[in-house]
Amino acid sequence: MSTVKKYDAIVIGGGHNGLTAAAYLGRAGKKVLVLERRYVLGGAAVTEEIFPGFKFTVCSYVVSLMKPNVMRELMLPKFGLELLPLESTLTPLNNDYLLRTADADQTYREIARHSRKDAETYMRFGPAMGQIGMAVRPILETIAPNAIRPSLSDLGALKKLMNHFQSLSSEQFEYLTKLMTMSSADFLDEWFEFEPLKATMSASGIIGTFMGPKSPGSAYVMLHHYMGDIDGAFRAWGFQRGGTGAVSMAIARSAEHFGADIMTEAPVEKVIVKNGRAVGVALENGDEYSSDMVISGLDPKQTFLNMVDESDLPSDFVTDIKNFRIRGSSGKVNLALDALPNFTCLPGDGHHLRGAISISPSYDHLERAYDDAKYGNFSKKPFMDIILPSVLDPEMAPPGKHVMSCFVQYAPYDINGGWNDTKREAFGDTVVNTIARYAPNIKDIILHRQVLTPADMEKTFGLTEGNIFHGELSLQQLFTMRPAVKWADYTTPIKNYYQCGSGTHPGGGITGSPGEMAAKKILGELK
Amino acid sequence: MTYGNQFTAETQLNLSPFFERTSQLNESQEWRRWSGYLAATNYELTHENEYFAIRTKAALLDITPLYKYIIEGPDAQRFLDRLVTRNIQICKVGQVMYTPWCDEMGKVIDDGTVQRLSENKFRITSAEPNLEWIETNSAGMDLSISDDSKTTASLALQGPNSRDVLNAVASDSLDNLKFFWMMDTHFGDISVSISRTGYTGDLGYEIWMNPDDAIAVWDLLLEKGKPYGITPTGLHALDMARIEAGLILLDVDYISSRHAIVESRKSSPFELGLGWAVKMKKKDFIGKKALEAEKLKGVEWEFVGIEIEWDPFEKLHRDVGLAPGLPCTAWRTSTPLYRGNKQVGYATSGTWSPILKKYIALAHVKAEYAKENTQLDFELKVEHFRKLTPAQIVPTPFFDPERKRACPQ
Repeated sequence: MSTVKKYDAIVIGGGHNGLTAAAYLGRAGKKVLVLERRYVLGGAAVTEEIFPGFKFTVCSYVVSLMKPNVMRELMLPKFGLELLPLESTLTPLNNDYLLRTADADQTYREIARHSRKDAETYMRFGPAMGQIGMAVRPILETIAPNAIRPSLSDLGALKKLMNHFQSLSSEQFEYLTKLMTMSSADFLDEWFEFEPLKATMSASGIIGTFMGPKSPGSAYVMLHHYMGDIDGAFRAWGFQRGGTGAVSMAIARSAEHFGADIMTEAPVEKVIVKNGRAVGVALENGDEYSSDMVISGLDPKQTFLNMVDESDLPSDFVTDIKNFRIRGSSGKVNLALDALPNFTCLPGDGHHLRGAISISPSYDHLERAYDDAKYGNFSKKPFMDIILPSVLDPEMAPPGKHVMSCFVQYAPYDINGGWNDTKREAFGDTVVNTIARYAPNIKDIILHRQVLTPADMEKTFGLTEGNIFHGELSLQQLFTMRPAVKWADYTTPIKNYYQCGSGTHPGGGITGSPGEMAAKKILGELK
Repeated sequence: MTYGNQFTAETQLNLSPFFERTSQLNESQEWRRWSGYLAATNYELTHENEYFAIRTKAALLDITPLYKYIIEGPDAQRFLDRLVTRNIQICKVGQVMYTPWCDEMGKVIDDGTVQRLSENKFRITSAEPNLEWIETNSAGMDLSISDDSKTTASLALQGPNSRDVLNAVASDSLDNLKFFWMMDTHFGDISVSISRTGYTGDLGYEIWMNPDDAIAVWDLLLEKGKPYGITPTGLHALDMARIEAGLILLDVDYISSRHAIVESRKSSPFELGLGWAVKMKKKDFIGKKALEAEKLKGVEWEFVGIEIEWDPFEKLHRDVGLAPGLPCTAWRTSTPLYRGNKQVGYATSGTWSPILKKYIALAHVKAEYAKENTQLDFELKVEHFRKLTPAQIVPTPFFDPERKRACPQ
């Protein structure tokens, strides 16, 4: 056992939020060490060359919610942030399709083929959601106050939010109330009539969540996905050149620029707690590092039930963390392809392959997929959000070859009989068969297949139960409740132990926000 | 001289039924987008000849991209009276009315023409899709609504010779067709409707036909119109003419209240110079209450014509050694207007008027500064530097020839 030099802060986990926190602390002059368990940085935002020449966005695959101020303040464009536009969403149907593109006229025409009314409503829906996004922004950008025993600064923050809410228009208030309480299906039914359009839009209300489009609360998840902006354009989704791992690497380069040390293959065994204070960490190999504070980028279960002893925590808090809902609901299938998939509804190469391809023909399709999961099976006909990274960035695959990223829902963590190799491959087959219904050539062009179940995500990435958001984005787990009441401001019951992962406010996605706000909270406390 | 005419390209845009001809005639291959259609910006390498065709000859424009809806049934008139601000009850069969329509807050959604095709059948044109609004507001009424945007093709024939061209083609004389009336006639064996309407403020007509007849109609007009100087004309020329005529353009001079993101972007008809088209005596229509309240309270903004004074404008250019830089195409950049040091308005579109030899613009001005002859300061850049130059508020239309309304004696 050796004790090495003392750091101002140690960050556990080199995921994008941990790296963001490290970069912000470094920027403020702190000496920071980031410890990553794996050989590669990024956590769930990682690019790996699983098969030679084919780079997979193994888990997380698109970027929209990255905060613009984080990009600016950490100088991410300088360190390799290059977001390419994802231009369209294609919903293949039997012998037909629904296509939405970056062009308003084209989108109008394509939706009008199915419903003229919806085509017109769609023109209003975007701006309306943009207004709601603006209405919610201040909540997302506020460090969640302690709602039980607010400090003076908490009161200030609450007052600011009150004033903000008083400034909202009655329309904003109406939509906000609905989005906070309704199911995405009910909410969309108030606007649209064409089922595949509604189903595809509702799909963003179920991603990463153990809910169906008809479950109350799913509308909020949809809103969460609507709040992204790239270059000032609300709801714009982008693909990072080199995959999402390159976003993590850009943040890592920024952190190093600000003086952070980053170690990979350095799994942390425990946080060293002395007299109720975190004073350093012990690695699995026995090395110890001391520091003035320890920040966990892991999910709340890992942060509190694994990294520290329960005896160092108040028992009611332990109960809250144990009750924190973190059910995994999705799987990921990454394919290396010999050629482009050929969709029956829109044959050949074309702009439609430069965007997302959504397998969401109807509410029933999604809801039945959810039903399977409710009773402990993976969906027989799953919902999928597919992109072809190599079409956007040819360097993702050897020349002429392609990679396909398939986000698949539902795949419950608690599957009947547990996950095993047979079940994983059966799940992979189901995914390929589902794609084959719309692009029959898929089976002939697969060179390699990587299938990740929630159990795999837990094992490989340390995501408890394979939940991609470090805990579900349901109302009782947001803002002042994320991950637990009184401890939603990035602090923990252990002094000098902080949290900065997606399990904290404002939640999951590649936002940089939890990492940024945790760092700002810490720096504020140090003043 | 031609440099080959086999030009082809893929497009994701809609093509009008006239495209087969217009694409061949468009020597500049300059196109604009209009409601998702490819529409000629100008056919020749510059638009000047096309502009003068509108004012001195006969300009032929493909206006198919307009949105069109047919409203038919026993309640059609009652419904339209509820929808729009004009009085449709007094609109006779064969008559056309220009009108805006509003939301419940009295803010303008769109503007267009209502044609009374028969007692119970109307066509309404609009700049943007309005089907959803029309359907929503017709609930419970005995009528049918159909989207006529693609089932009817249309051409505008505008200019002093337009009547002569039509008289040479149509089986009925156009001599007695009055301004804002329409008639059915034939070009050979092709049925068409002709309305005496347009977007140029000149003598002019709009021809409504089955898209299957589009090419035949186009060819006939070009052939018979040749001695009268018929000229395929693009949107550059039209934009200049419509400013001279003082006619507003959605998304340029105002924003539809249906998708204005903030309240301040919305305009009432009074704020767009369309108070004359709001018939307060009508029993009820969408937005009436709000408009009554606005009238009582006083209108905040007015929409006016301004004329940029020549001498100071010229001097600003002379001072830096330049001849006056005139906008020979219409501009659409919001441009500040000041009174003293205070901004009191903004011009939304403007152009040099070659027929009037004046620099004119359309502007939103705070009501208290919107009286005729008020002098304001217009912002412009002269050789990269911002300057102010005097502009007068003048009545519109800037250009209003007698022939627009007159019939031959």
